[in-house]
Amino acid sequence: MVNGIELDALTVGYSSKVIENVSLNIEAGDIVALIGPNGAGKSTLLKTITRQLKKLDGCIYICGTDENELTEQKLSEKLSMVMTERIHPELMSCFEVVATGRYPYTGRMGILSKSDMEKINQSIELVGAQEVADKDFMKVSDGQRQRVMLARAICQEPQIMILDEPTSFLDISFKIDILSVIKRLAKERNIAVLMSIHELEFVPAIADKVVAVGDKRVVACGTAGEIFTGDIIHEIYGMNKEAGEIIVDGILKYADALKRIMLCQK
Amino acid sequence: MENNRKRYGLLLIIMLALLLAFFIFSLGFGSADISLKTIMKSLFDPGDVHMGKIVISIRLPRILGAICLGGALAVSGFLLQIFFGNPIAGPYVLGISSGAKLVVALVMVFMLSNGKYISAIGMVIAAFIGSLVAMGLVMVMANKVRNMSLLVVCGVMIGYICSAITEFIITFADDTNIVNLHNWSLGSFSGISWNDVLISFVIVLVTMIITFMLSKPIGAYQLGEAYARNMGVNIKRLRIVLILLSSILSATVTAFAGPISFVGIAVPHIMRTIMKTSKPIVMIPSCYLGGAIITLLCDSIARTAFAPRELSISAVTAIGLAPVVIYLLIKRKEVYHG
Repeated sequence: MVNGIELDALTVGYSSKVIENVSLNIEAGDIVALIGPNGAGKSTLLKTITRQLKKLDGCIYICGTDENELTEQKLSEKLSMVMTERIHPELMSCFEVVATGRYPYTGRMGILSKSDMEKINQSIELVGAQEVADKDFMKVSDGQRQRVMLARAICQEPQIMILDEPTSFLDISFKIDILSVIKRLAKERNIAVLMSIHELEFVPAIADKVVAVGDKRVVACGTAGEIFTGDIIHEIYGMNKEAGEIIVDGILKYADALKRIMLCQK
Repeated sequence: MENNRKRYGLLLIIMLALLLAFFIFSLGFGSADISLKTIMKSLFDPGDVHMGKIVISIRLPRILGAICLGGALAVSGFLLQIFFGNPIAGPYVLGISSGAKLVVALVMVFMLSNGKYISAIGMVIAAFIGSLVAMGLVMVMANKVRNMSLLVVCGVMIGYICSAITEFIITFADDTNIVNLHNWSLGSFSGISWNDVLISFVIVLVTMIITFMLSKPIGAYQLGEAYARNMGVNIKRLRIVLILLSSILSATVTAFAGPISFVGIAVPHIMRTIMKTSKPIVMIPSCYLGGAIITLLCDSIARTAFAPRELSISAVTAIGLAPVVIYLLIKRKEVYHG
């Protein structure tokens, strides 16, 4: 495997283990959705992959190279992210926030070249954030901010994107927008995407593969069709099976509707 | 973008011109009445004229010292604000200047009691050690209190404790040379020598060049640690470098001029407002120029307002700049509740 990301028996956590023994392979162009209850350690796993936390055990292979052998600079050229933590840049326009994605590629003083500018503008266009580009980042809506952060991650030209709940706190139309962009991006630019998501109804519409975590381990891994069954929902979220089945039925119908909408949007 | 660059350039040039104007103006301003003509004459032809001597050996080093160190102080504050990710930070309000002052006073009194004088470099080193110790304390507290306003209160308290101990030392040390220490411990550019100016110029120049070269990672750090790391910044190293650079700058100031209040915290804020950006590549030079202008202005007021009596410069900067800090604290609160 040359592109994409591979986790091999990865154990993550703080002083104690949060999720053990995660093995996962995400190929270029694929979107993997990470689901699981609150506190199951989805963010811990993503933070470990993005080096905000030290891994406890196991290996992470970035485009075929052991992550231990990559400098921060090299890693930043391969992997970009959108995290849940809000950033508070003072007096920065949305354009400038997006521009920080070019950091790994600019020179000593960080001056943007013409081609950098083009790539920034392209990314902004891709997420549809043109109208807020010149506005103060702190003064635009949550939805716009999330678009800007996504554009930032895009113009870093990664081969792997790590997204922690990219759709939380957004209204339905923003959710559909953002997810459509992510999907198009993964396919067009051949990017491996790992994203955590709480809205199960969106998962079948967007994910090629679903990984469910809970109870300190990977509970299930497979296509949306394989994961969304009453049994597994019961196992992941601890709901009773009947309720699980009813929910799954609803989710799949909703997902179908979303798929149709997202097809129309293209 | 193009327009912004032009605006930054224009504002920097205006500030530079303003600094030059203040420089010339303050040369002529003082308890001894000297005409501009005499000054110019003595600058270019330093003869034995009495008035010329005043200008060359007293006023000029003092003014140059204020320019060199005032700028350093503002940049030191800017770096601390980056480090804490918060505009309510500065070497004075966090007690770092007072820590430096305490160690300098300790070393000075100890050396004097053994019949020795401390060299200018020795002062800077002592101040640097004091800054680092106080900084260490502040960082320990920062781990406990997540609230920046509370941290500032703690810093002010550290400052009070250090100042109180310094007062004790100065009061009970019986050497007559100590009398000068009292003025210095309140913050003053009076009595700064050509040698001091030269040494601080070299230290500040080198530190400023390094700081400016770090504009890019500093800018990345403004987006928070997580994103900065994802951009390829070595966070641990950058944090250490920020602390060292900031401490060297504020220690140099404290060694030669004592603790000067509020320049470090207020000037970066004023500059952000004027420049309408927080980009380090713009902010570092503008903080330097702004700090130099404001410190020079305050020092001129300190030495001339009630001439021949001198005010401590901190008295002047406090009146001018503390309101800016209060404004920042109040505005910050709004953000938290919003």
